[in-house]
Amino acid sequence: MRSKTLDRLATLAQEKQPTARVVRISDGRETLVRPDRVEGDLDAPSDVIVAAREALRSDRSGMVPHGNERYFIHVHNPPRRMIIVGAVHISQPLVAMAREAGFDVTVIDPRGAFATVERFPDVTLMDDWPDDAMGALKLDTRTAVVTLTHDPKIDDPALAAAMHSPAFYIGALGSRKTHASRLIRLRDQGFDSRKLDRIHGPIGLNLGGRAPAEIAVSILAEALMTLHGGSVK
Amino acid sequence: MAATDVTSTIGPAETHEIIGQAQVWRRAKKGVAIATVVSTWGSSPRAIGSQLVVNSDGAFLGSVSGGCIEGAVVTEALDVIEDGKPRMLDFGVTDAQAWEVGLACGGKVEVFVERVGQ
Repeated sequence: MRSKTLDRLATLAQEKQPTARVVRISDGRETLVRPDRVEGDLDAPSDVIVAAREALRSDRSGMVPHGNERYFIHVHNPPRRMIIVGAVHISQPLVAMAREAGFDVTVIDPRGAFATVERFPDVTLMDDWPDDAMGALKLDTRTAVVTLTHDPKIDDPALAAAMHSPAFYIGALGSRKTHASRLIRLRDQGFDSRKLDRIHGPIGLNLGGRAPAEIAVSILAEALMTLHGGSVK
Repeated sequence: MAATDVTSTIGPAETHEIIGQAQVWRRAKKGVAIATVVSTWGSSPRAIGSQLVVNSDGAFLGSVSGGCIEGAVVTEALDVIEDGKPRMLDFGVTDAQAWEVGLACGGKVEVFVERVGQ
């Protein structure tokens, strides 16, 4: 590994940029593959680069053979994050489950009485308005945004900020009817169908459960399915 | 980025800790090599991508197994620091040996060792 590559990996990690380092086993030559560009002096075959991008998405390092060569793809992904807007009942099991699944979780709720340390121990709590909070959080391709307040004053600005970001998952709690009127409001703010289609609403896989923990499972499952490019079989 | 001068710690380290330690050692003008688990077969205690960073004094941080192949990997890493040629190390074990080298149920680990700073 070149010193230059080492320093570059450190910088990209600091900037939370997903990066795969591809190294050719025979001679140790390397290249850095990012979602939108390739940096480095190894001219890796295009299907190895495709495999590296797939590895970034699935968060899985591994060896790829190509011709007489073997390439190792090492995934350097920033931590996956979940931003939960609304310190509501569903948020409590969702926080616990998402953390168990490897997410760094942040809960945002401007209503001070909701987002209390007693209800949400050991989690980053922000009582700012979502647009301010989410600006500070710098949402990236490893971030999921979940809005749960049912209050358009809080949810809408959060969804707007999420649609402006490359977040991999955006989900909004609310019935089909609630979601339809939400889409009309957001369309009036200038969001086109391509942006609006990124919002999963009603949120979660249709598991049929109604209890907070059951809804939390359906939200987490949908977020993971989106992250890994999976499907309901 | 917790990076001390001379540590020898076997234990899982995050990628950013490995990179940070490698940078610290490079700045201190030490030779550095990084060993990475690139493939596993059967049950292996450390996942693909796990790393061990080694310097020319033999100090290291991280792990590529439960602690039993690290000695061999460090020895090879010192050679890699010396001659700059990357090496693929193959650790295959039978079920009987598995206990001794800390690979829970037998299996195979490939470890790629490369020098930092060509």
